[in-house]
Amino acid sequence: MTDLLALTALEAHEAMAAGDLDAAEYTAAWRQAAAGDELNAYLWQDRAGEEVGAIAVAEARTAPVAVKDIFCTEGVPTTAGSRILEGYRPPYTSTAVRRLLEAGAPVLGKTNMDEFAMGSSNENSAYGPVLNPWDRERVPGGSSGGSAAVVAGGLAPWSIGTDTGGSIRQPAAFCGIVGLKPTYGAISRYGMIAFASSLDQCGPLTRTVKDAALLLGLLQGRDPLDSTSVGIEGGVSLPGREDLGGLRFGVPAELAGDDLDPGVREVFEATLRKIEELGGEIAEVSLPNSEHGISAYYVIAPAEASSNLARYDGVRYGIRAGGDGDLIEMYETTRSEGFGPEVKRRIMLGTYALSSGYYDAYYGQAQKVRTRIAQDFDGAFAEVDFVVTPTAPSVAFKQGEKSDDPLAMYLNDFFTVPMSLAGIPAISIPAGLAAPEGGGPQLPVGFQIAAPAFAEQRLLDAAHALEQGIGFDARPEGGSDG
Amino acid sequence: MAELEAVIGLEIHVQLATETKMFCGCELSFGDEPNVHTCPICLAHPGVLPVPNEKAIHYALQIGAALNCEIAPRSIFHRKNYFYPDSPKAYQISQYDIPICGAGRLGDVRIHRAHLEEDAAKTIHVGESGRIHGSAASLVDFNRGGTPLVEIVTEPDLRDAAEAADWARLLRETVRQLGVSDVNMEEGSLRVDANVSVRPAGSEELGTKTELKNMNSFRFLQRGVEAELARQRELVGAGGTVEQETLHFDPASGSLTSLRSKEEAHDYRYFPEPDLVPLVPTEEMLREAREALPELPVARIERYEGLGLDSDTAALLARETEMAAYFEAVCGEAGDLEPRVAANWIVGDLTAELRKRDEEEDFENPTVPASGLAQLATLVAEKKISHGSGRKVLATMVAEGGEPGAIVEREGLAQMSDSGELEAIVEKAMAENADAVEKIRAGNPKAVGAIVGAVMRETKGRADGGEVNRLIQEKL
Amino acid sequence: MIDRDQVLHVARLARLRLSDEDVETMVGELSGILEHVDRIGSLDLEGVEPTSHVVALENVLRADVPWQSLPRDAALASAPEPEKGAFRVPSPQAE
Repeated sequence: MTDLLALTALEAHEAMAAGDLDAAEYTAAWRQAAAGDELNAYLWQDRAGEEVGAIAVAEARTAPVAVKDIFCTEGVPTTAGSRILEGYRPPYTSTAVRRLLEAGAPVLGKTNMDEFAMGSSNENSAYGPVLNPWDRERVPGGSSGGSAAVVAGGLAPWSIGTDTGGSIRQPAAFCGIVGLKPTYGAISRYGMIAFASSLDQCGPLTRTVKDAALLLGLLQGRDPLDSTSVGIEGGVSLPGREDLGGLRFGVPAELAGDDLDPGVREVFEATLRKIEELGGEIAEVSLPNSEHGISAYYVIAPAEASSNLARYDGVRYGIRAGGDGDLIEMYETTRSEGFGPEVKRRIMLGTYALSSGYYDAYYGQAQKVRTRIAQDFDGAFAEVDFVVTPTAPSVAFKQGEKSDDPLAMYLNDFFTVPMSLAGIPAISIPAGLAAPEGGGPQLPVGFQIAAPAFAEQRLLDAAHALEQGIGFDARPEGGSDG
Repeated sequence: MAELEAVIGLEIHVQLATETKMFCGCELSFGDEPNVHTCPICLAHPGVLPVPNEKAIHYALQIGAALNCEIAPRSIFHRKNYFYPDSPKAYQISQYDIPICGAGRLGDVRIHRAHLEEDAAKTIHVGESGRIHGSAASLVDFNRGGTPLVEIVTEPDLRDAAEAADWARLLRETVRQLGVSDVNMEEGSLRVDANVSVRPAGSEELGTKTELKNMNSFRFLQRGVEAELARQRELVGAGGTVEQETLHFDPASGSLTSLRSKEEAHDYRYFPEPDLVPLVPTEEMLREAREALPELPVARIERYEGLGLDSDTAALLARETEMAAYFEAVCGEAGDLEPRVAANWIVGDLTAELRKRDEEEDFENPTVPASGLAQLATLVAEKKISHGSGRKVLATMVAEGGEPGAIVEREGLAQMSDSGELEAIVEKAMAENADAVEKIRAGNPKAVGAIVGAVMRETKGRADGGEVNRLIQEKL
Repeated sequence: MIDRDQVLHVARLARLRLSDEDVETMVGELSGILEHVDRIGSLDLEGVEPTSHVVALENVLRADVPWQSLPRDAALASAPEPEKGAFRVPSPQAE
C-alpha cells in the first residue's frame, strides 16, 4: 500500500494508462492517507468518493488531487479560509477543477489557506493554522499553506493552489516541494475566488517538476468564461532536458537582499554553482524597480481585493449577522464578524488607495511602478533566458513569530512579488536545507526561476534539469511516503 | 434683477433589447417570476467573471453612429463601487473616462458621451405603506440585474422644459428606429433624468445644477423641469443659492422632494475593470453599425422639408415613423398630389378626426387606408368636392370605412361644378341679403360672410368657397 | 500618516465596523504600511503608462445566445433569508 504512495503523480498516471496500476486502489490509498491529516491541512475531505463539483469521476485516469479551498466546487463546501463563507456550497464548479475532474483526477479534498489568500503563513485562516510537516511548530507558508503541506506531508500526491504575490512559490519553498505560478492568463480564473484580479493565478504544487508539468498541462487553456485567459500556445510537454548548456541565468543585483538568512544565502550560492556545473551561465542583471515591488503590490492587490470582497455582504450567500437592524447594520455586522483582521486591514488599505483624492498618488502610481517592473524584466530577458532568486528570505518561521507586524509579514514576498506584477511565470524548486536563524533542525530552502511570459516549457525544462542535478531527496521526518 | 436663463442637460438610460444580459447568458426578463433569470455571474457568487455581450457592443456602436458620435478607438470598462442590495457585486461595471462613444449631436443638442454599463436588480419594498420610508424590509429580484444599458449624456444645451421634453421624444424615436431598444418610459426601458440649473441670461458660467430623477413620461419630464426651474428662479431671485442635490418629482402633487441622504456623497472609487479587456472597434464593426442605420428622424425631417413641407409639419410627421411611412404611402398612391397637401390632410384633418375617437391610432394598420386618403385628397385638390365636404367624407371613412368616391355619390356631396347654377344661387342670395351687399359696398368686407353662408346653405356645402367669393365680388 | 478620522471614513466606505481599540490598532498598522508604500510616491514616473491590463487582449466578447439560467431553488439555495422567491434584506434606514 505504502509503495503506491511513493509513486510520483506522473508515475501513477503512466502506470494507470499502461494498465499496470489499479486506479481505484490508488485513489483509495490516498483517501486513507488524507484521512490521517494531523496538520489541519484539509478543511474538507471527500471520504465517500462523492460527486465533487457535480462530476463523478467514475474511473480515475490520473492521480487524485487536493484543491485549495479557494476553488468553487459545486455542492461541496468552499470557504476561502473565511468565516464569512462558512457553510457555503457553490452552485457551480471552477473551470480549473472541472478540467481536472474531466481528466479523471478525483478530488481528495479542499485544503486550508490564509483567508481570501491574504497571508504568507496560513496563520490567517478562520479554521486554524496549518502545521509545517517538517516542524509542526512552524508555518508551512501561505496563502496556499494547506496545498503545500498535503504534498510535503504525504497527504496528497499533488495539489493546486493560487499565487497572487508568491502564495504558491513561498509555501512550496517552506515545505520543500515544487510550486509553479504560470503566466497570467495561462489558466482560467473562472470559479477561483478572487483576491486581486490582475494578479491571481492557479498553479500546481507537486513533488517533482515533471509532475508540475503534467498538472499544468491538464489545467491550462483558454476559457470562454474568463476574458483574460489565453492558455499556453502549443500546450505543455513533459520536460526532458538533462543539462543547462547554452542557457543564461540572471541574478538581479537589486534582489541580492541584505535581509537574507545566511543559510538561505548559502543554498542560493551553491545552486548557482550547480547551474554552472550543469553547463549554465550565471550573469548579473539589473531590475532597478523591483525593490519597489512590495510597495506597488501592497497598493494594487488590496485595492482590487477591497472591490472583490465587497460582494460578501450577507445578502445572497454566506453568513448574515445583524439582520435585525437596518441595512447598514447588517452590512457592517456581517462583514466585521465574518472577516479576520488581515482581510480587514487589506480592505481598509485598498479602499483608502482608491478613495477620492488618493487614487493618483497610490493606485495610479503603483500601476506605473508595475509597468516599470515589467519593462525591467523585458530588459533582463534580452540578456538572459531566466532570472533567478531565492524564493523567500528565510526558511519556515515559527508560528506567531511574524504575526504581530504586518509589514514584516509582507516582506516575505520580496522575491516573489515582482514576477506577479509582471505577469511572468516563475517556479520554486527545493534546492537544499538550512538551519533557521536561532538554530534548530534544518529546513528546506527554495530556489526561484522566472522566465518570460508563456515560456513555461523552457522554464520547466531548465527547472527539471536543475532539479535532477541538485538531487534534493530530504523528507520531513515521519513522512508517510516511505 | 437680471433675467435667469434655464440650462438643462439630460442623462438618458436606454435598456438594450438583446437576447441576453450584458455580462452573462441569462435571458432578459419581462415581468416574469422573481429570480428565474439568474446565474452565478449575475448573482455575483464568489469566483465568477464577466464576459461582454457582443450584440450590446454592436447596438452601442449603432447608437453612437445615429448620434453622430466620435467612436473611441479604444475604450475600457471601469468598476463603480458602492453598496446596495440591487448591486450584487457591490460594484457596477460601467465606463468612466474612456467611454465607447464621445462627442456627437442630435438635432440642436450636442451629445457629450454615451457608454455601456449593466443595470441594477429590482428591489421591492415590503412594509405598510409600500414606500421605501417606513418599510421593514426589501425583497430583491435579480432578473433585471445585468441587463445591458447605454447611458447617453447631453451637453447642457436645452433652454426650456418643453424643448427638453421635445428633444427627449426625438431621441426616443431615433433610438426606436434603430431597433436596439423598446425605449418605453413606462416599462423602464427608457429612463430620462434631467440636470437643471439657472444663470443670469448671457452668462457663460454654469450655475449649480440639481438632478431630477424618476420621471416616467415626457409630460412629467416637462412638468418636473418646469417645477424645478420655478423653484430655482424663486430661490435665486430671493438671494438664495442652489444646493447640489438629487430630486424626485411627484406629478400628482407637483412637488419636488430631495433624495439626498445624510451621508456624504458617494465616493465610487473608480478603477479600470481588471476582469475585462479593452474594446477596440474594428473597421468591420464600425461599418456594420453604420450600415445598420435606417433613415433616422433628423434626416427624414430634412428630406420632407425638401419636398415642400414646412418644418413644423415635417417634424410632426418624421418623428412618428409609422405616420411618416403612411404619409409616404399616401403620396405614392396619389401621384400628382403635392406632398405638402397630403401632409396637411394627415397632421390636420385626419389627426383631428382620429382624436375624437379617443383611441391611439396605429398607423401600421391605419383606420383610413393610404389609398383611401389619397383618393380623398385628390378629389378635393381637383375641386370635385369642397374641402368642407371632404372633411365630412373623412369623418365617414373614419367612423365606418368606405371609398371616398362612393360616399360622395351616396351623400350627394359633389361640388357644384355647373357655374350657371351657382351663379344663379349667388344672385339670389345677394338679392335676399341686400343689406349685406350695402355693407360691403360701404367698406365692410366681412359682411360677405352672410351671403356666403346663404349660398352654402342653399348648396348644402357643395359650393367651392373661393368660387362663391369670386362671383360675389364680380356682381358687386 | 493616516489619522483616526480617515480610518473611520474608510471603514464606513468599506462597510466595516471597528471598535475604538480596532481603530487605534488600524491607525498604527496602516500608517506603518503606508509609510513603506509611500516610497513610490517620490519616484519620477512621468510619462509611464499605468498597467491597467496585463494580457494584451482586445475585444474578447460573448455571442448573444441565451444559456440555461439557474433553477430558482438553486439561486436561492444559499440565501440567508429567502422569501417569496426573492432575497429579503433589511431596508435602508429612513433618512
